[in-house]
Amino acid sequence: MEKQLFTVTVFSENQVGLLNQISIIYTRRCLNIESLSVSPSSIEGIHKFTITTWSDRVTMEKVVKQIEKRIDVLKSFLYTDDEIVYQEIALYKVPTEQLLNETNLEAIIRRHNARILEITKEYTVIEKSGHSDETEALFEELKHYDIRQFVRSGRVAITKSPEEYVTMFLEEQARRAEEIN
Amino acid sequence: MAEKITGAEALIKSLIAEGVDLVFGYPGGAIIPVYDKLYDYTDQLKHILVRHEQGATHAAQGYARVTGRPGVVIVTSGPAATNVITGLSDALMDSTPLVVITGQVASSFLGSDAFQETDVVGITQPITKWAVQIRRAEDIPAAVARAFYIANTGRPGPVVLDIAKDAQVGMLEWEHKKCDFIRSYIPYPKINEQDLQTVANLINSAKRPMILSGHGVMISGAEKALAAVAEKGNIPVAATLLGLSTMPSNHPLYKGMLGMHGNIGPNINTNRSDVLIAIGMRFDDRVTGDVSKYAPQAKIIHIDIDSSEFDKNVKTDATIHGDAREVLEKLLPLINEADHSEWLETFDKCAKVEYEKVIEREVYRTDGPITMGEVVNKVSTATGDRAVLVTDVGQNQMFSSRYFRYTEPKSILTSGGLGTMGFGLPASIGAKMGAPERTVCFFTGDGGLQMTIQELGTIMEYGTEVKIILLNNNYLGNVRQWQELFFNSRFSQTPMVNPDFVAIANAYGIAAETVNSREQLDDAIARMLNHKGAYLLNVIIDYTDMIFPMTPAGAAVDNIMLNATEKYPLD
Repeated sequence: MEKQLFTVTVFSENQVGLLNQISIIYTRRCLNIESLSVSPSSIEGIHKFTITTWSDRVTMEKVVKQIEKRIDVLKSFLYTDDEIVYQEIALYKVPTEQLLNETNLEAIIRRHNARILEITKEYTVIEKSGHSDETEALFEELKHYDIRQFVRSGRVAITKSPEEYVTMFLEEQARRAEEIN
Repeated sequence: MAEKITGAEALIKSLIAEGVDLVFGYPGGAIIPVYDKLYDYTDQLKHILVRHEQGATHAAQGYARVTGRPGVVIVTSGPAATNVITGLSDALMDSTPLVVITGQVASSFLGSDAFQETDVVGITQPITKWAVQIRRAEDIPAAVARAFYIANTGRPGPVVLDIAKDAQVGMLEWEHKKCDFIRSYIPYPKINEQDLQTVANLINSAKRPMILSGHGVMISGAEKALAAVAEKGNIPVAATLLGLSTMPSNHPLYKGMLGMHGNIGPNINTNRSDVLIAIGMRFDDRVTGDVSKYAPQAKIIHIDIDSSEFDKNVKTDATIHGDAREVLEKLLPLINEADHSEWLETFDKCAKVEYEKVIEREVYRTDGPITMGEVVNKVSTATGDRAVLVTDVGQNQMFSSRYFRYTEPKSILTSGGLGTMGFGLPASIGAKMGAPERTVCFFTGDGGLQMTIQELGTIMEYGTEVKIILLNNNYLGNVRQWQELFFNSRFSQTPMVNPDFVAIANAYGIAAETVNSREQLDDAIARMLNHKGAYLLNVIIDYTDMIFPMTPAGAAVDNIMLNATEKYPLD
């Protein structure tokens, strides 16, 4: 089956050990996590994981079910790139001296819609957000300037769907909790 | 304000509040505070001292599977915690509710490689339904309540509570409130009416339907509902290994066991059926064989409480997500009465061949050494087919599950998913303690028995009346069989030099005898069953005895060996 990049989002309770519970589901199936980002979500007390992986749909659908089976996971979803708006951020550290010799620097920064975060005598830090092919393109260009450090964040993503499934799930569960009590 | 008590005492009071009256365990450094408090509660909470922590988990599994209540285990940290890994993994595979409490070093020592420290939560997360570490005394009651709720609702499974020593000695005001809701967990989903109708339509239009009854039927207590659905629609029922006894063996619609060493009828007819109705089972590879050649003519209906099982191994055509009993009860009025007599007769034809080619020569032999099948058949008969069967793993497991007959539910205890040798002896102890009114017959081999043989000490200490039938061929018989059939009879490391098992049993104060010949067998079985107390019957078996029919690993489900040279169907 053809491999493509999938994005899995996971909404969970904020508890110790959840990342391990999720990552072992990938490990067991020999799936390499391409990128990962974890942070508190817009809903108080709930954490959001965004995980990208090259795989096929059948495998990933099973992975999502296994993730959702974990007790402290509220919901997990599977997306392809066309279903989400997503972004990554990259930082580049370049020797300032190298940049000073460059007549085209302004053009590069402009073309890539990047910005400069810090300049010291020794180094300059450039920031660029975008899709990974875009941050990669700037990296390729800055290579000529003796790039010292390069770091790229995990993907963050927002769905295009008008439905907010996690909010709906929590409302439904709140109703259930009331029924029980 | 309530009086303050220690975390250790709170743990015991919470266990009692959850209805626990029996725990299996083994003390050690990081759990001493709990054992100290246990000393004051022995009138309410009986503790069974096993001889190895693995034995505690299997005993708790045995207890859980005959009672339907979680088995509880208490052990210390480090090596004790790693010794429970096999039992946890086994319990997860076979959906068995366990609450396993491990002691842990004091929280200030965590991560320092302290004496007997191990990362219990990290190790057990992949093989438990839930695992949590408790570092504060005041968290104990809620964690215990949550553990019991998680372990025994939805699809049951093992839970670990790793309690740091300072949490055991810290003080709290104890109040126990049962857990009945976790917002991230829906154990019993609401059954979708449309799914019910879709499934009913499929069943009603089926010409050759077959029900595959699994462990989930037993767990949800759906045996009566299963029979009602099967009888109304005249649908034949086959059982998985763990689904045995969900329908009595002598029920006219019961057609036998599925899988590698199952009955010919259900396996052959899997690939002839037009609608398979799988209930509380998970299409294990030992049941399906080669999935690409599995049930090519059938629409597959899957009813399960765990939706992650849908389409995991076999692509389904319709599913119902829910508790088996509830689903079957709702399905019953939607099912039409039907006559499938022609289809049902095809099972009888297969059964006839199986009898002539396999069963007759295995079970009713009149000369030569004793076979495993005949021992199982005789023991089953002698118990009126009413005993609880506990098996170990290997040939003993397949022979005993095939030739034992079941008249009551919850009558088989076996390690199905993990296939844990050494499971049987401790599991039979737990089974007898959970169902003292029932006869417990434990069939084992000389290999598996020696993996947990120290639990004979537990039997000795508590006088547990377990009937142990050792099918002794001085071989690791199942591997030997594969070596003979598929590895040119190169018997690498399967012959075994064994001790005098009767002497060992006697050393533990357990009555025992050896049976060498067919003529001795009936009387010996009668002596075993009439004896008040545990008994070990050491039956010397023909080491060439092989378990058939057999679908070779990875072959299609209808690729069936009748013996080493003949295949079904016969030309």
